[in-house]
Amino acid sequence: MSTTTKILILVFLTLSLSGLFLFYNLPNSWEYALERRGFKVASMIVVGCCIAYSSVVFQTLTNNKILTPSIMGFEAVYMLFQTLIVFIYGDQTFQVIKNSGNFFISVGLMMVFALLLFVLIFKKGKSNMYFLLLIGLVLGTIFTTMSSFLQLVIDPNEFLIVEQKMFASFNRMNIDIFWYALGFMILCFIIGFRKLQHLDLISLGRENAINLGLDYNKSIKFYLFIIAVLVAVSTALVGPLTFLGILVTNLTYELFKTYKHSILIPCCCLVSAVAILGGQFLVEQVFNFNTTISIIINFIGGLYFMFLLLKVRKV
Amino acid sequence: MKISQLIILLFLLVILSIFVGVSDISLLNFLKWDEQQRLVMVISRIPRTAALILAGVGMSVCGLIMQQMTQNRFVSPTTAGSLDAAKMGILASLIFIPQAGLWFKSLFAFGFTFLASIIFLKIADRIRYRNVIFIPIVGLMFGGILNSITTFFAYKNDIVQNVNAWMMGDFSGVLQGQYELIYFSVPAVVITYLYANKFTLVGMGEDFSKNLGLNYRAVMNIGLFCVSLTVSVVVLTIGTIPFLGLVVPNIVSVLFGDNLKNTLPITAIFGAIFLLICDILGRLIIFPFEIPIGMTVGLIGGVIFLILLIRQRS
Amino acid sequence: MISVDSITKKYSENTVVDQVSMQFPVGKITSLIGANGAGKSTLLSIISRLLKQNNGNIMINDKNLESYKSRALAKQLSILKQSNHLELKLTVRELIGFGRFPYSQGKLTKQDEVKIAEAIDFLDLGDIQDKYIDQLSGGQKQRAFLALVVAQDTDYILLDEPLNNLDMKHSVQIMKRLEQLCKEKGKTIIIVIHEINFASHYSDYIVAMKNGKIIHSGATQDIMNPKVLSEVFEIDFEIIHKSGKQLCNYFY
Repeated sequence: MSTTTKILILVFLTLSLSGLFLFYNLPNSWEYALERRGFKVASMIVVGCCIAYSSVVFQTLTNNKILTPSIMGFEAVYMLFQTLIVFIYGDQTFQVIKNSGNFFISVGLMMVFALLLFVLIFKKGKSNMYFLLLIGLVLGTIFTTMSSFLQLVIDPNEFLIVEQKMFASFNRMNIDIFWYALGFMILCFIIGFRKLQHLDLISLGRENAINLGLDYNKSIKFYLFIIAVLVAVSTALVGPLTFLGILVTNLTYELFKTYKHSILIPCCCLVSAVAILGGQFLVEQVFNFNTTISIIINFIGGLYFMFLLLKVRKV
Repeated sequence: MKISQLIILLFLLVILSIFVGVSDISLLNFLKWDEQQRLVMVISRIPRTAALILAGVGMSVCGLIMQQMTQNRFVSPTTAGSLDAAKMGILASLIFIPQAGLWFKSLFAFGFTFLASIIFLKIADRIRYRNVIFIPIVGLMFGGILNSITTFFAYKNDIVQNVNAWMMGDFSGVLQGQYELIYFSVPAVVITYLYANKFTLVGMGEDFSKNLGLNYRAVMNIGLFCVSLTVSVVVLTIGTIPFLGLVVPNIVSVLFGDNLKNTLPITAIFGAIFLLICDILGRLIIFPFEIPIGMTVGLIGGVIFLILLIRQRS
Repeated sequence: MISVDSITKKYSENTVVDQVSMQFPVGKITSLIGANGAGKSTLLSIISRLLKQNNGNIMINDKNLESYKSRALAKQLSILKQSNHLELKLTVRELIGFGRFPYSQGKLTKQDEVKIAEAIDFLDLGDIQDKYIDQLSGGQKQRAFLALVVAQDTDYILLDEPLNNLDMKHSVQIMKRLEQLCKEKGKTIIIVIHEINFASHYSDYIVAMKNGKIIHSGATQDIMNPKVLSEVFEIDFEIIHKSGKQLCNYFY
C-alpha cells in the first residue's frame, strides 16, 4: 500500500468516525445537540493533534520510541493544582475559579514547571534528555505525594470534584476553553512547521546533527518549549491521557516506515484522532459511560508499552 | 562517621521517638507512671517505634539489594513499580474477596509484588547497557501503568479516595495487635545479609554469574522473594513510603563508599535513623496533629534524590 | 588551515586535554595516535564543536571557531564519530542526502543530486543505495556514513576511529578512499586511529598524544621511530623498512 493510500484511509476513518459521532442517534432538538457534538468532536481532534505532535517530537529529541512527554511531570502539576484549589475552596471552587481561569492558570503553572526544568538542565551546559526526564518524573512523584496527602484531608463529597479531574473526559467540554486551546495549538503548529526538516536532522543523533550545521541546543530548547505548550494545553483541556502518546506514535511508525517528520507528524495526528474518536465511541456506545476514555487508553497504551519494552532487542 | 556513632544516634532517636507524642509521658519519673501512661507506652509508643525501625531497615535494605541486582543506583521499590504492585495486590484482594483477612491481603500483595519485580528485572535486563538513567524512568512508567489499572478498578468500585488514604504511609495507626505482620521483614533482612555478595554477582549478569558457578535463577528468586516480602508487609502495615529505599543507600554510598559487606549494616541502621527523624518531624511540625510519614519522606527523600541526581552530573 | 591554541578540557578534576597547541597541515592526512584515554577523540570533538573546551582557541581558516555560524561551519568542516547506531527507516541514499543539508536545508537541488550520486559512486554504494541503514553490515554502514561526509564536501574532514570494528579488507578500502580524497580533491583529513601500521602507511603526518598532551608531531617517517613510539605507547617497537614505507612490529 502506498503512503498516499494509507493517508487517505486514515482521513476517511477520521471523517466517518466524526460523522458517526455527530449524527448517531440524533435527538429531536438536533440543532443544539449537533452544536455540542461538533465541539466535542473538534476537541477530540485538537487533543489528538496536540498529543501526536508533542509525542513524535519528544521521541525524536530523546531518540527513544517508548517515551512520552506527559510523564515528565506535567500531569502531576496539573493534579496538584486541581487538588489544591478544591482543598482551599471546597465546594466553592466553581464559583471562585471559572473554567477559563482554571485553564489559563493550569497551562501557566505547567509552563513555569517546564521552564524551571529546562533552566535547571541547560544551565549545566549539557542537554541530557534522560536526565531531564528523570528529574521531571521525580518532581512528578513528589507532587503526586503532596496531592495524595491533600486528597486525604478533603471532604469525600468535595473529593468527587478532584476525582473528575483525574480522568480525561470530553463530556465536560467548555466551549470558551476549546477556542483558546485551538488557538494555542494552531500557533504551535505554525511556528513548528517551518522547522520540520530540523527534526529529521535531530533524529540522526546529536553529533551528526551538529556536523550538518544544526544549532542543536537551540533547536532542542525550541522544541521542548513547543512540547510543553502542547502538553499543557491538552492536559488542561480534557485531563491526563498519559499513554496515548506511546500508542499512537508507535502505530504510526509501524504504518509509515519513514523517518520524514513531514509525513510522520500529520499521519500521527490522524492516527491519534482516530484512536480518541474510536475510544470515545466505545465508551459511549459499548460501555455506556461505565468507564472513561483515559482508562481505556491508559489500559491499552500501558499494555502496549509493556509489549514494546519486552520486545526490545538486547543490545 | 563510624558505625558506633550511628548506633548511639539511633538509640537517642528511639528514646526521643518513644517520648514524643500527644500524651505527655516523662522519661525521668517512669516509676510514677499511672496505668494510663503505661498503656499508651505498650499499646502505641513502643509498637510505633518498633515498626519505624523495621520499616526503615527493611525498605533501605530492599533498595540496596535491588540496586545490586540491577547494577543501577537509581533502582528501588519506588522506581521499579514494587510499591504500585503491592497496592494493586491489596486492591485486588479487596475486590475479589471483600471479607478477606490480613493473611489474604498479604498473600495478594506479596504475589503481585513478586510478579512485578520479575517483569521489571526482565525489562531492566534487556535495556541494561543503554543508559543508567533510563532504567528508573522505565520503572516509574511501569509503576504508572500498574497504578492506572489500580485506579481503574478503584474508580469502578468508587473507592479512589479510600485506596489513596490507606496507601499513604502513616505510622499513627500502628497499635499493638495490628502491626505485628511487619516482623516478617526480619527474616527477609537476615537472608539478605547472608546472600549480599551473591546479589552483587547476579547483578553482573546471567553469563557472568554462571561462569562463577552461581545458581543464577535461585539467587535471583531469593532476592526477589526477600524484596517482595518486605515491601508487601511494609505497605500493608504502614502504607507506601516513597523514595526511602532509593535515597538511603545512595546517601550511605556517598558517605561510606560502596563495599557491600560494610555498607549493608550501615544502610540498615541509617534507614532506621532516617525514618525516625522524618517521623519525629512529622509529629512535631503541626503538633498536636501529625503529617503522615508518606508525605514527609516523599518530600524530604524526593528533594534529597534530586540533589543527588544533580550533584552526580557535575 | 586548522590551528588550535592551548586547548584544555577538564572533567571536574580530571584534565583530559592539557594545553594543546597545534597546526594541522592543509591538503594532507594527519593521524592522531596514542593510548586509550590520551585525549585524541576529545581533541577531535573540540575542534569540530561537538564539545566545548574550558580554555583555548581554535582557528579555522584564520577565523575563530566560535564566531562561525554552525551552518556555515558545516560547509567547511565535517566530523564522523565512531558510534552511529540509528534505528531509523532511512535508506542509504537518503542518509547521504543529509550531507547536503548545510547547502540546501533539506530541499535537494539538481547540484545536490549530482554530489550525492558522486558520493555513492565514490564509495561503491550503488548496489545498496536503497537499502535501509539498519539492514547494513558494519562495513557497509561505515561506508554509508563516510559517503555522507563526502557529499557534505567540506575542505576539512575529521574522523574518529573510522576503522573501528572493520575487518582488514574494509579498513584498507576506507583508507584508500581517504587517500584519494586527499590527493584528488585536496581535502585536509584528520583521523584518530589505533592501528599504527595504518597510520604509517596512509598518513603524511602523525601527531602523538599522551596524558592529554601532544608529545611528538611531525612527518610520518620521523614519528615512525622505535624511540618515539615506545615513549608514546610504553611498549617496544621494531621498525621494518619495506619499499619506502615503514612497518611496525610490536609483538614482543
